[in-house]
Amino acid sequence: MAARIHGGAGAGAATALSTFNPKKLVAPSRTNLPAARSSKRYIVAAAGSDASKKSLRVGHSQKLIANAAVATKADTSATTGTGHELLLFEALQEGLEEEMDRDPHVCVMGEDVGHYGGSYKVTKGLADKFGDLRVLDTPICENAFTGMGIGAAMTGLRPVIEGMNMGFLLLAFNQISNNCGMLHYTSGGQFTIPVVIRGPGGVGRQLGAEHSQRLESYFQSIPGIQMVACSTPYNAKGLMKAAIRSENPVILFEHVLLYNLKEKIPDEEYICNLEEAEMVRPGEHITILTYSRMRYHVMQAAKTLVNKGYDPEVIDIRSLKPFDLYMIGNSVKKTHRVLIVEECMRTGGIGASLTAAINENFHDYLDAPVMCLSSQDVPTPYAGTLEEWTVVQPAQIVTAVEQLCQ
Amino acid sequence: MATAFSATLPLHGSSQEIVLASPPDCLLLLLSSDPPVLSPFADSTRSISSISCRCPGNCQGEETHQSLLITKEEGLVLYEDMILGRSFEDMCAQMYYRGKMFGFVHLYNGQEAVSTGFIKLLTKSDSVVSTYRDHVHALSKGVSARAVMSELFGKVTGCCRGQGGSMHMFSKEHNMLGGFAFIGEGIPVATGAAFTSKYKREVLKQDCDDVTVAFFGDGTCNNGQFYECLNMAALYKLPIIFVVENNLWAIGMSHLRSTSDPEIWKKGPAFGMPGVHVDGMDVLKVREVAKEAVTRARRGEGPTLVECETYRFRGHSLADPDELRDAAEKAKYAARDPITALKKYLIENKLANEGELKTIEKKIDDLVEEAVEFADASPQPGRSQLLENVFADPKGFGIGPDGRYRCEDPKFTEGTAQV
Repeated sequence: MAARIHGGAGAGAATALSTFNPKKLVAPSRTNLPAARSSKRYIVAAAGSDASKKSLRVGHSQKLIANAAVATKADTSATTGTGHELLLFEALQEGLEEEMDRDPHVCVMGEDVGHYGGSYKVTKGLADKFGDLRVLDTPICENAFTGMGIGAAMTGLRPVIEGMNMGFLLLAFNQISNNCGMLHYTSGGQFTIPVVIRGPGGVGRQLGAEHSQRLESYFQSIPGIQMVACSTPYNAKGLMKAAIRSENPVILFEHVLLYNLKEKIPDEEYICNLEEAEMVRPGEHITILTYSRMRYHVMQAAKTLVNKGYDPEVIDIRSLKPFDLYMIGNSVKKTHRVLIVEECMRTGGIGASLTAAINENFHDYLDAPVMCLSSQDVPTPYAGTLEEWTVVQPAQIVTAVEQLCQ
Repeated sequence: MATAFSATLPLHGSSQEIVLASPPDCLLLLLSSDPPVLSPFADSTRSISSISCRCPGNCQGEETHQSLLITKEEGLVLYEDMILGRSFEDMCAQMYYRGKMFGFVHLYNGQEAVSTGFIKLLTKSDSVVSTYRDHVHALSKGVSARAVMSELFGKVTGCCRGQGGSMHMFSKEHNMLGGFAFIGEGIPVATGAAFTSKYKREVLKQDCDDVTVAFFGDGTCNNGQFYECLNMAALYKLPIIFVVENNLWAIGMSHLRSTSDPEIWKKGPAFGMPGVHVDGMDVLKVREVAKEAVTRARRGEGPTLVECETYRFRGHSLADPDELRDAAEKAKYAARDPITALKKYLIENKLANEGELKTIEKKIDDLVEEAVEFADASPQPGRSQLLENVFADPKGFGIGPDGRYRCEDPKFTEGTAQV
């Protein structure tokens, strides 16, 4: 149907091809027609369009479409064939334990991290192994124990500070903003603050508004800190290790619903780069930028999109501050369309910053406005239905892609 | 006579003495068994008594002994430090009104006894954490007057390369951990430094008995961070001394108007640590209490809360018109000027003569003048300094569109890169 070209939700692409009528094409810019099952493509460039800017894509690899709906990891896992399977929280624990073995200055502090093993079991067993001082059970005083971690970092230790839920770190905002972010600068470079602040955040399953917060949007403006978000066991371990080894203060955002993801990770030691993004699924039609849990919603949508004949490129930005503008830029230059899918709120979220950065740096390469799908600007409701509508769902992603790819 | 760790005097120097029993687990441990001496201040906290006599009230256990609290050398060191603090702050006021320093400048005049009394007992590896009223803490800790003055002028040669300013004096070499603008936010940092000391001893098995002294004011004692840290310090038995510089005023807010129970020292025992009240205008009394507190901390016996009753002769900052404080109150404390008192003590006890003290004063005058000249002559920071030190590892600025780390961009080192 011609309707396919205008982005209506429709049947398989095979139907479209048979009834394709170029005269009905309305979209002025370059359009790649979806060609899901065959390797051929029909490319239509409308008259009057600036053909020099838009490269034509022909002959996309079939193999890529066939198996790329599922997440592939660019930082390849288990290359040696061995490797071990574990859950994301175990990967975090492994990374933490390896770093604590490697450097006796690495310590953990937070509520219930010691005897209880961590509310999400990330620090399970560590207190038994390293002792109560190295894995410190703090009283409930986020501001003070975050500050204590910062003071300890200034004087030679490398604390990993856990917020039992990221939202609790709102109580530590004074210390995170003023001391963690700023002291290296205001001391003229004399004191380094190699802390890692980590914890589970994001919208869970009906946890209520206060336990479902996305603090990355609140912290992103603080100068002097880096923020990363993990999304797979592989990058969770890699980012944890990199964050601990970094001399900068790093906030590592984990997600409550991702702790039980299972994956096989290498046996040998590895680290993920804190400033790099991760190519999840290379593609040609559109760049989808995402992070944390939304990666999985995007990949689910990608399955549908691939079935419909689209070829999305999915990038897990991982580094929320700073953005990896190289990988993002290369992708934009290739696909010319960007969709950002995030769990942050609409206002002032990571997506808002990313939209600004892309518009600023890659405006000339865009064929369509950058679209950003974020959570609604509401306190996360308790009711299941309402909560579902607060957060971006795969169907919305599919619609957005279709809209952008008109 | 009750020990220094138990009794207190209500504020404003009333003649009433409230004697309270010391909490059972707060034993006073004196370093030495030197007999007590009379202090020059009559209406201040009782002088230190020997451990043998603990009865409160009218026990006349004080001996009018001839042994002194300090030696000549110690006395001169204390005197010089206090004169340095005073002269430096007076010079700051002059420079501020001449347009050489800017922003918020909070001067320490009148409180020198607290800084000198505590910090002169510390080693270089002990840490000090302060508030925005930190010039004199930095000087007492050993940061050079030149470095502090240059920092105030915003010059490259300042202790923080001009990036901190009056309220952020840091020195890694001297373990001056700042300099904080928000009240209370330095206390957790101090707790962390004390934690490191304990960690080094117990986990890293190093020979470490470094202590941390946290200075803050009466206003801070109504702030949550203070209480959270009292709890953690006592819980983990951290080697920290919490020193309250109770100068009775938080800008224009009288301590009595803002605090349900104005006796701050009492909050120590509530958390399981000794709470002491001491006359903060008497450097010798402060020093005696400080010795006990520091020894406790070094021995691993945990924290102490010391409330020093003191007074700032100037306003809260150089922008404060200081209209709310009663002239009589100011006069009363001006009469208890810690420098005058120490001078009197040194001369009366034949530890020093006028000439020696004048020499010290002259020496300090020259030092402070020289510091101003040095700061004046120092260059302002260049553009290239703007983006330095935001991150310890400048890779934190990320990867630019061209694939290179932004910090590798030549414009970055010029300070003109867009980050």
